[in-house]
Amino acid sequence: MKIVVCIKRTPDTETKIRLGEDGVSIDPNGVKFIVSPYDEFAIEAALQIKEEAGSGEVVLLSMGGDETQETLRQGLAMGAGQAVLLKGNPGVDALATAKALSAELRGMEASLILFGMKGADMDQQQVGPMAATLMGLPCATAVSEFDLAGETLSCRREVEGGAEMIEMDLPAVVTLTKGKYEPRYASLKGIMAAKRKPLEEKEAQGGESRLIVRDLAYPPERPAGRVVGEGAETAPELVRLLREEAKAL
Amino acid sequence: MGDVLAVVEQREGNIRGVSCEVVSVAARIAEGLGGTAHALLIGGSGVSAGASDMGRFGADKILTTEAEALGDYHPQGYAQVVSEAVKSGGYRGVVFAATAQGKDLSPRVAALLDVPLASDVTDFRVEEGGIVAVRPVFAGKAFASVTFTASPALLSIRPNVFPAQEIPAGGGVEPFEPSELDPGAWTMRLKEFQPSGGGSKDVAEASVVVTGGRGMKGPENWGLLEDLRNALGDDAALGASRAVVDAGWRPHAEQVGQTGKTVAPKLYFALGISGAIQHLAGMRTSGTIVAVNKDPDAPIFQVADYGIVGDLFEVIPRITEEIQKLKAGD
Ligand SMILES: Cc1cc2nc3c(=O)[nH]c(=O)nc-3n(C[C@H](O)[C@H](O)[C@H](O)COP(=O)(O)OP(=O)(O)OC[C@H]3O[C@@H](n4cnc5c(N)ncnc54)[C@H](O)[C@@H]3O)c2cc1C
Ligand SMILES: Nc1ncnc2c1ncn2[C@@H]1O[C@H](COP(=O)(O)O)[C@@H](O)[C@H]1O
Repeated sequence: MKIVVCIKRTPDTETKIRLGEDGVSIDPNGVKFIVSPYDEFAIEAALQIKEEAGSGEVVLLSMGGDETQETLRQGLAMGAGQAVLLKGNPGVDALATAKALSAELRGMEASLILFGMKGADMDQQQVGPMAATLMGLPCATAVSEFDLAGETLSCRREVEGGAEMIEMDLPAVVTLTKGKYEPRYASLKGIMAAKRKPLEEKEAQGGESRLIVRDLAYPPERPAGRVVGEGAETAPELVRLLREEAKAL
Repeated sequence: MGDVLAVVEQREGNIRGVSCEVVSVAARIAEGLGGTAHALLIGGSGVSAGASDMGRFGADKILTTEAEALGDYHPQGYAQVVSEAVKSGGYRGVVFAATAQGKDLSPRVAALLDVPLASDVTDFRVEEGGIVAVRPVFAGKAFASVTFTASPALLSIRPNVFPAQEIPAGGGVEPFEPSELDPGAWTMRLKEFQPSGGGSKDVAEASVVVTGGRGMKGPENWGLLEDLRNALGDDAALGASRAVVDAGWRPHAEQVGQTGKTVAPKLYFALGISGAIQHLAGMRTSGTIVAVNKDPDAPIFQVADYGIVGDLFEVIPRITEEIQKLKAGD
């Protein structure tokens, strides 16, 4: 069985974000980039399925600049077999990204296509279900765990107030959230092996972006926090402030 | 011309509170564009009964689609109906709620209509006849203002951020007939819904959130937080930090933060939480933030509107007691 995992290069979640001079992007200097955390869940899920089946292949797909090679190598080091880099500049228009990815995915003939639930940069939560819709494939989003029995996938999807169980037949698309698939660390051997694994490069065939970033700004400063006091005796004053000043009670 | 469609959510036939926010936002955008707001409600038979209520929040007209197969949310069925309604109404904008359902549905509709979507929007304005949407990026470390060069503009709005404004409008209810629905052709099958235990409000929907961190020391101490939540009323929910979820003290459904839920309640209690950047990512747009921590240098105090430095095992019961007194006096 062929499993394709779409991964994105994003800043490390610990990174301090500095705005670039153009006013519409961040300054990449000094930023550490990683495989977006949800995409690591997706890689882990793919590797587990392959290991359980004892056969199959896991292919990584990413759209990005030359530096995305490094990101794909990190995924290969976890255990994926090969990677495809679509050279392009993914912007804020997730539909343009979904078009570029699905154009490639159509020719890959995967049984299962995995995405992260959201990228840790633009936090859009869009690309997976968009790509699936463009390809006419079923897609379960925000899945924490799934089972494959023959050609049927049973997915557990986390929603407000509970979980939905969804069934669909292969080929299918799943977007992963945190749950069963705690990503493994790449071993030294894995990192060495990754250097020799095939990584194919192509130009991305995407549409133009029709969502335009006009400006990027730091979050509005929260008014400076205030320590009301120390210890339990402060509780009445806190509750008074919540009621009278913040009008939150 | 400048009409805007609000996509309303229901569960078991009841319209969800967040939909009032969605309709008011649609009405305000429509006003800026010189049009009117419509609402679309999809559900099982009889769902139209409560629909006219959306008129109070600014819907001039409420379209309803009732079908046996649409009683519960189905991604493919709902995406078909919404995209057909958008096409037939010639809307300039479509507003969804950024709930689990809205986040699942809106990208599918965007793909069917071939237009871009701005998700999890926390602010907007209408400028020179176009919509500018403001949304957090990089886990809330920056905010991007985005504009659309395709129409209609699709937006999903973060729950609890916008007020559900009373904007009286026509509110007439009309059926919307989609083209033939063919559930047999839907390739996804909804097997069951498993409600999470406790039956309390979900952390992403509640207007008050009480979150416990590693400072709580162990799951056996959660009674303290439950007491506080109960004192705060029906609209309060429990949350947890990742440290707590990873330790197995609480379910992942309660996790707030980058790899959990993003919440923006009116009131957020961070109790025994250090305030790591990934936690802040999930709660920094909350209305009022209260922190209790024994470490005066904990980063959570930098974002907390009100902080108490102290031992939470002493402080929390006192807060609960004071709130109970207050509520008893109301
Ligand atoms: C990729 C990634 C994603 C992540 N996603 C999330 C996420 O979604 N959500 C999340 O929360 N974290 C997330 N984290 C983890 C995050 O970095 C922190 O480790 C986590 O938030 C810490 O949880 P905590 O504040 O409960 O624990 P700690 O950092 O251990 O803080 C406990 C606090 O309790 C205080 N305390 C202890 N005892 C008492 C007492 N008796 N009275 C009062 N105060 C007391 C301490 O002073 C301390 O400040 C993520 C990390 C990574 C790398
Ligand atoms: N440029 C990209 N290349 C490959 N996969 C991507 C890209 N952008 C997004 N994705 C995938 O889509 C998921 C959701 O991203 P987003 O909609 O941007 O939050 C990510 O977790 C990835 O799996």
